[in-house]
Amino acid sequence: MLSLSSRGVPTRGFPAQTQRLILRLRDNVPPSTACTAADCIYVSDGEDIGIAPAWTFKRDVFDALPVGKCAVLLPEAMSYLSDGDIIALEPSKGALRVLYRRNSPSNSLLVTERCNHYCLMCSQPPKDIDDGYIFDELELAIPLISKETAEIGVTGGEPTIGGDRFLGLLRTLKKHLPQTAVHVLSNGRRFVDPHFAAAYTDIAHPDLVVGIPIYADVASLHDYIVQADGAFDETVRGILNLKAGGARVEVRIVIIKQNVERLVQLAYFLARNLTFVDHIALMGLEVTGFARANLDSIWIDPIDYWRELTEAALWLEASGMRVSIYNHQLCTIDQRVWHVARKSISDWKNAYIPECSRCAVRDRCGGFFATGTTRHSRRISAVHDAGTSHA
Amino acid sequence: MSKFRPLAAFDQSGAAPYTLLPFRFTRLDRDRYVASNMAGEYAVLDRTTVEALVKHQLASDTNAYRDLASRHFLIDADSSVGRDLLALKVRTRLSRLSEFTGLHIFVVTLRCEHSCPYCQVSRQSMDTEAFDMTLNTANRALDLVFRSPAPHLKIEFQGGESLLNFPLIRHIIVRAKKINAAQGDRPLQFVIATNLALIDDEMLAFAKEHDILISTSLDGPADLHNCNRPRPGRDSYERTIAGIEKARRVLGHDRVGALMTTTKESLRQPRAIIDEYIRQGFDSIFLRPLSPYGFAVKTKSYAAYDVSSWLAFYFKGLSYIIELNRQGQRFVESYAAIILSKILTPFSSGYVDLGSPAGIGIGAVVYNYNGAVYASDEARMLAEMHDETFKLGDVHTASYEDIFLSDRLLDPLEESVALSVPMCSDCAFEPYCGADPVFHHATQGDYVGRKPTSAFCQRNMAIFRHLIRLMEDDPEVRLIFRSWASRG
Repeated sequence: MLSLSSRGVPTRGFPAQTQRLILRLRDNVPPSTACTAADCIYVSDGEDIGIAPAWTFKRDVFDALPVGKCAVLLPEAMSYLSDGDIIALEPSKGALRVLYRRNSPSNSLLVTERCNHYCLMCSQPPKDIDDGYIFDELELAIPLISKETAEIGVTGGEPTIGGDRFLGLLRTLKKHLPQTAVHVLSNGRRFVDPHFAAAYTDIAHPDLVVGIPIYADVASLHDYIVQADGAFDETVRGILNLKAGGARVEVRIVIIKQNVERLVQLAYFLARNLTFVDHIALMGLEVTGFARANLDSIWIDPIDYWRELTEAALWLEASGMRVSIYNHQLCTIDQRVWHVARKSISDWKNAYIPECSRCAVRDRCGGFFATGTTRHSRRISAVHDAGTSHA
Repeated sequence: MSKFRPLAAFDQSGAAPYTLLPFRFTRLDRDRYVASNMAGEYAVLDRTTVEALVKHQLASDTNAYRDLASRHFLIDADSSVGRDLLALKVRTRLSRLSEFTGLHIFVVTLRCEHSCPYCQVSRQSMDTEAFDMTLNTANRALDLVFRSPAPHLKIEFQGGESLLNFPLIRHIIVRAKKINAAQGDRPLQFVIATNLALIDDEMLAFAKEHDILISTSLDGPADLHNCNRPRPGRDSYERTIAGIEKARRVLGHDRVGALMTTTKESLRQPRAIIDEYIRQGFDSIFLRPLSPYGFAVKTKSYAAYDVSSWLAFYFKGLSYIIELNRQGQRFVESYAAIILSKILTPFSSGYVDLGSPAGIGIGAVVYNYNGAVYASDEARMLAEMHDETFKLGDVHTASYEDIFLSDRLLDPLEESVALSVPMCSDCAFEPYCGADPVFHHATQGDYVGRKPTSAFCQRNMAIFRHLIRLMEDDPEVRLIFRSWASRG
């Protein structure tokens, strides 16, 4: 798993009052090349280039820089960082967060840690804090992001809690990254307000999808899983408002012990009532955050629900809906649904276990969350023949 | 999980009695009932559950309760969005009505070189051009076609053998495209219904140029087909097969469809008929009942077998087709697919005979060779038996408004809303059914008819029960059926 934040990072030269800097890491840039104020230039041999701040992994280079030179010494654990990546740096605390990696296919912008859900299996437990500064940061960072970025996520917390700031962020993305697909993760409840839904669709972003969870076909069960009364009705109405405005909507279903029993009924419900949504993702649990704390009460081995998963996926597919299975290892699911299983786990938290090295379909398999290699299906076993599975 | 509240904290369903949304129930078999809501969603329930449900005594922690809440048979203090969703689904089902007449059938000639005893439109000898549609009649009919507000238009050519008047087909297509282009270019599709015996390269080149679909007749294997469909030379089957191959080569495989007609001879051999369709590369078959019109009545073909022997044939065929699907062969029975799309999807089907209100006039309309306008294909067949009840007017004398606002159309439409028909209004299968006023007029002398003695009711009720039972008893069949329904 990649390390995406660090504290106590050595810095030097920054004025004492410097609060938070958004820096784009650049390789050696010839002196003639124009740098923006946010550029931070790599130095490998102590040679100072221009007035922009410097970044390096080498202590001796860092120490040898002239007096007054702004510089940051990045930890070895972040040696993956390279040209075009973007960091947020608080020089006084040495606090550093990686906001964007140019070479990664899975960049996400976390816009807030606040949320009006408190899901039993939340992988990113919410914090009730004033973190509006994040929007400020991202407004600065987005113009620095490579225009060639294929896709970018917007996540939280609940991004729509930001209200107008959330909408403004989408407009900034549209303005600076018109070629970049944007995938928002939201609980959808804010869209119950038709004005908000209309403001969202009015942005007319060329390639925008919002992924919204529906965990059960029965309101009380969904509300229980997200720990919020009335959530089901607001989410469903929110989706209706979004689709009425022509937005693209994905429904995301994380499978836990509590909703397995009604998974097939949920598929019936979606095919019947929300036929017009653009994609449905049936997702395995990511064992981190609350999911780790609540693991004993929410964990169910995929091998114990393969029948329900198969029927739900095939039903949705037969109903003409686009369906995907995320976060499941191929050896835990029925071969009849392998064709909808995607390699869905972000590169920075993806892993395999030793058993996988002997597997004939490892290349097609999404593997594990790095956090989930310890608690996984008891039935993980290398597939020897790409044409068979035991499920 | 101390920070987390238990399920019970979110379940207020017991706080107040649940409210029943409109639904009906009908016995499925000895122990079970089918309940259906306004949007056609169904649940199969045992008697105890039905009783508890209607007495507001069904416990909220049961799966039956959750299923019924999820399918919008009831709402409770927990959630009210079901009412919105139900309304949305009902609107979706009915939305087709606002589109009005999409299918326009031109009977370009009554002449035919076949002499099928079951023919539902009296054939005329080959050389009597008096039974051809004239240019003038066709032009007037076309003017009516383009008055229709439908967002998609389909013009279908029928006979007799339609290709015997190919010059007129050519004229109509060219002219229709011209009018359409001047009118905003709606999607416009052409279908030629033909036995293919006379098709030649020139016709196919024209069909290719105008992207025309071919609909032909194939009754089954050679001996059955030739027995059903006599023509000089007794080579109907051979000519049909050769025609299908030729048409597919020029137009593309999926541009050629086939329909079969069931006769007494067919009843013994559902598998052979289905195998023939598979052999010829079709991926579906429409196992059709014979209709009580035209020559079929005169020659006693219709009386030759009753509903239950047809149903036995149908179920045997359906079961064979399901077996094929289980083995991985994708093959669809089209009548089941039409019904299943009503049972399993929020959409309605455009199939005229199962419309409610009926599809007559508003789903399809027929322009006969002589300019008479009929409310449906069956209505024209009835007219050939000298019953002009469903003649809506004449293209030469009547305006669009005369025809489509006539009492001759509006009365049977009004009486064919199944929701308000005696017995239908109480029937759980009503959302899947229609009220076919032409059939009931032909067989019972009344648009509505008496359902207990209606062959239409008997046949469809048996099919609804059969399809639902199959789905209830086998999840694999449920999936197969769901994939059929998507095609509608």
